[in-house]
Amino acid sequence: MPVDDPHPPYLHPAYGSTVLRAPSEPLLAPKLDPEAVELVDPVYGHQPVAELDHDLTRQHAGEPLGERIIVTGRVLDTGGRPVRGALVEAWQANAAGRYAHDLDQHPAPLDPNFSGAGRCLTDDDGRYRFVTIKPGAYPWRNHPNAWRPAHIHFSVFGTQFTQRLITQMYFPGDPLFPFDPIMQSVRDPEARAALVARFDIDTTVPEWALGYQWDIVIRGEA
Amino acid sequence: MALTVTPSQTIGPFFAHALPYAEGPYAVPAGHPGAIELRGTVYDGAGAPVPDALLEICLPGVFGRCATDAAGGYHFRTARPDSYIPLLVFARGLLKPLWTRVYLDDTDPFLATVREDRRGTLVAAAQDDGSYRFDVRFQGEGETVFLAV
Repeated sequence: MPVDDPHPPYLHPAYGSTVLRAPSEPLLAPKLDPEAVELVDPVYGHQPVAELDHDLTRQHAGEPLGERIIVTGRVLDTGGRPVRGALVEAWQANAAGRYAHDLDQHPAPLDPNFSGAGRCLTDDDGRYRFVTIKPGAYPWRNHPNAWRPAHIHFSVFGTQFTQRLITQMYFPGDPLFPFDPIMQSVRDPEARAALVARFDIDTTVPEWALGYQWDIVIRGEA
Repeated sequence: MALTVTPSQTIGPFFAHALPYAEGPYAVPAGHPGAIELRGTVYDGAGAPVPDALLEICLPGVFGRCATDAAGGYHFRTARPDSYIPLLVFARGLLKPLWTRVYLDDTDPFLATVREDRRGTLVAAAQDDGSYRFDVRFQGEGETVFLAV
């Protein structure tokens, strides 16, 4: 049975940053009539998505270090309908677990050939596809000996602003899952499992890259 | 059979190389008829500015995105809304985003349904220079009214 609301709570004290950022008052639920502004189609103002924006391994003069992978899947709504022409943005750490971000100072090397950000539009089948390298796990200071499991951040737009979703994709079999308060903030085990990609031998390209499949489900249109 | 929505996860602290773009805060071009400047600061429950939030606004034909700066500040140039501007806030420490609305005055009927002592958190303050100020407080005193949409 699908869960009505699989999202994590705002307050999840095991993830320390929620303690001062979770609202303490209950949310108000305005009635959204069909004209509600929240239901308009977000016309993102980005410059058009370029042909190579989906390939995080071809943004520099050389190739990044790491295990080359393909991550692909479909963006669907809860009715199972493909979301076509959806903007999917992805970002991640490099193979050593370091982000190309000034504030990430943990002692792992930057890779001059990897920025770790890409985007693409879904096709008529709702399918997105990225070529990248497998990100490394990395330490953070949430609690003693805290490590994030390897993950790729995903941002998705549907055809209504209310369908907006930002989430993280994890890799199958990662031993860090039980120790990660961000992943464990999703309480329903099946919903949590939906954050984990599936290794797929048919997506894997011989002599070139391992393949992972991961579908993303957003709300249906109101 | 209905599918379950993919659960939300935090945007995390390290999105600056991926999501913000130079034109993001300028949701309408300079000189757009009736364009307004909207600015404010995002605060946490201790009253500290939030330097790692990403804000998005959306109106018909208009989309804006702005990351907060080191002082928690954000700004948009946007169209004047008929009623309100939906504002979506992502941040490290937010496992799912916060929805709120920016009203430019207190006349909208929805505001009458909001507890009086909290109503003002949804109304941007007109500034002498013609811009509007709208601060976002995640928690505690002056906590912004957030919405389940």
